[in-house]
Amino acid sequence: MTILHHLDDATLMSFAAGTLGEALSAVVAAHTELCPDCRRTLRRMEAIGGALLGRIEGSPLTAKSPVTATRGPAPIEGLPRPIAKLLGGPLADLAWKRIAPGVRSVKLPMSENAAGDLRLLKVDPGRTIPEHGHGGAELTLVLSGAYRDSMGRFGPGDVADLDEAVEHMPVIEAGEACICLIASEHQMRFKGLVSRLLQPLVGI
Amino acid sequence: MNHLASSIGMSSGRRPQTHIHDAELLHKVAATRDPRAFEELFQAYGPRVKAYLIRHGADAATAEELAQETLLSVWRKAGLYSGDRGSAVTWIFTIARNLRIDRLRREVPWQQYVEEDHEETDDSPLPDAQVASGQVSSRVLVALDGLPADQLAVVRLSYLDGLSHSEIAEQLSLPLGTVKSRMRLAFQKMRDAFEDL
Repeated sequence: MTILHHLDDATLMSFAAGTLGEALSAVVAAHTELCPDCRRTLRRMEAIGGALLGRIEGSPLTAKSPVTATRGPAPIEGLPRPIAKLLGGPLADLAWKRIAPGVRSVKLPMSENAAGDLRLLKVDPGRTIPEHGHGGAELTLVLSGAYRDSMGRFGPGDVADLDEAVEHMPVIEAGEACICLIASEHQMRFKGLVSRLLQPLVGI
Repeated sequence: MNHLASSIGMSSGRRPQTHIHDAELLHKVAATRDPRAFEELFQAYGPRVKAYLIRHGADAATAEELAQETLLSVWRKAGLYSGDRGSAVTWIFTIARNLRIDRLRREVPWQQYVEEDHEETDDSPLPDAQVASGQVSSRVLVALDGLPADQLAVVRLSYLDGLSHSEIAEQLSLPLGTVKSRMRLAFQKMRDAFEDL
C-alpha cells in the first residue's frame, strides 16, 4: 500500500493530546495503523505530552501506591507478612507478658466483632505444656523453635490443626525458645490452659 | 518520601539524567517487577498524573483514583513497554490520556489500538533504546522551552488543559486557522529534537 495523502499535523497533534473527538479519532487511529510515517509523527507528538506531563506541578496523592498497598507491610525477618502487619516490628520488641513460669504471651488485636483469641506464645526450651484438650478449633503455627508431641515434631512453618477431640502434651525442644502463633475459636479455653500451666506451682 | 518525591513540587527543571533514570526504573519494573523501582516511578509521576487529571476537570477524588489506576497500569503492563515507542514518561502520558478520554470524556480512546501494535510492543525492552528515548525527552523539554510564547500557549492548552483546537480559538479569541497553524509551527520548530524517535 502506497500512501500519498497524510493527516494534517494539527489533526494528529490534537489526537496525540487526546482532544480530538471520537469520530475523527477513529479515522486517525485507523490511518496511523496503516501509515508508518504518521505513526512516527504521532509518537513524536506524544513525546510532547510526556515532556509536559514530566514538568507539571504534582498534586499530592493521599493514598499509598497501589502496589505497596497490595504488597502489604515491609517484611520482618522470620515473620509471615500477615502477622508482620499486626505486629509492626520484630518479635523481640514485643511487650511479652509472662503468664506462667517459662511461658510468655502477647495477645494480638482483632476486630471488635471478631470472636476467638489470637496470640503469640513463647515457651522456654525444654519446657512441657501440660496435657490439654481444645474447646473448638485451634490452629498453632510454629514461627521459631520447635516442639514435639504425639503427632510428631513441629518446627517453623508447621501448623497443628487441632479440634476438641485432640489432647496433647507438647514438649519444647532444647536449645531455643519456641514461638507459636495460636488461634482459638473460643476465648475461654486459653485461660483454662494457663491455669493448668500454673497448677504444678500451685500444687507445690 | 525519597529524594525524587521531594522534587515533585518543582514545576520545571528536572535534570536531563532524570529521564534516563525513569527509563531504567521502568525497565526494572518490567524485567524484575522491582517494587522499589515502581515506588519511585509512582512517587515521581502519580502526583503529576493527578494534577493532569484535575486540570482536565476531574475532582480531587476522581483524579486520585484515576492516577492510581494509571500507575497500576504501568505496573501491570510494564512488560509491554518498549523504549523505541518513546520515553517512560511519554508512555505514562498516553496511559493517563486514554484513561481520561475513557472516564472523564466517556468516549472510546481509539489510541489503545495503536498502543497494542504488536510490531512495536512485542520486543522486550532494551535499556539502550530507553536511554536513547530518555535523551530525546530531555531534548523535547529544551525544544519546548525554545518555543515562542504564543505557540507554547496553544500546545499547553491542548495537551494539559484538554481543550480542542476550536475551544482554544474561542478562549484566545483567535481564528481556528491561527490556532492550527501555531500548532503546526510549534511541531515544526521542535522537529530536530525528535531525530531519534
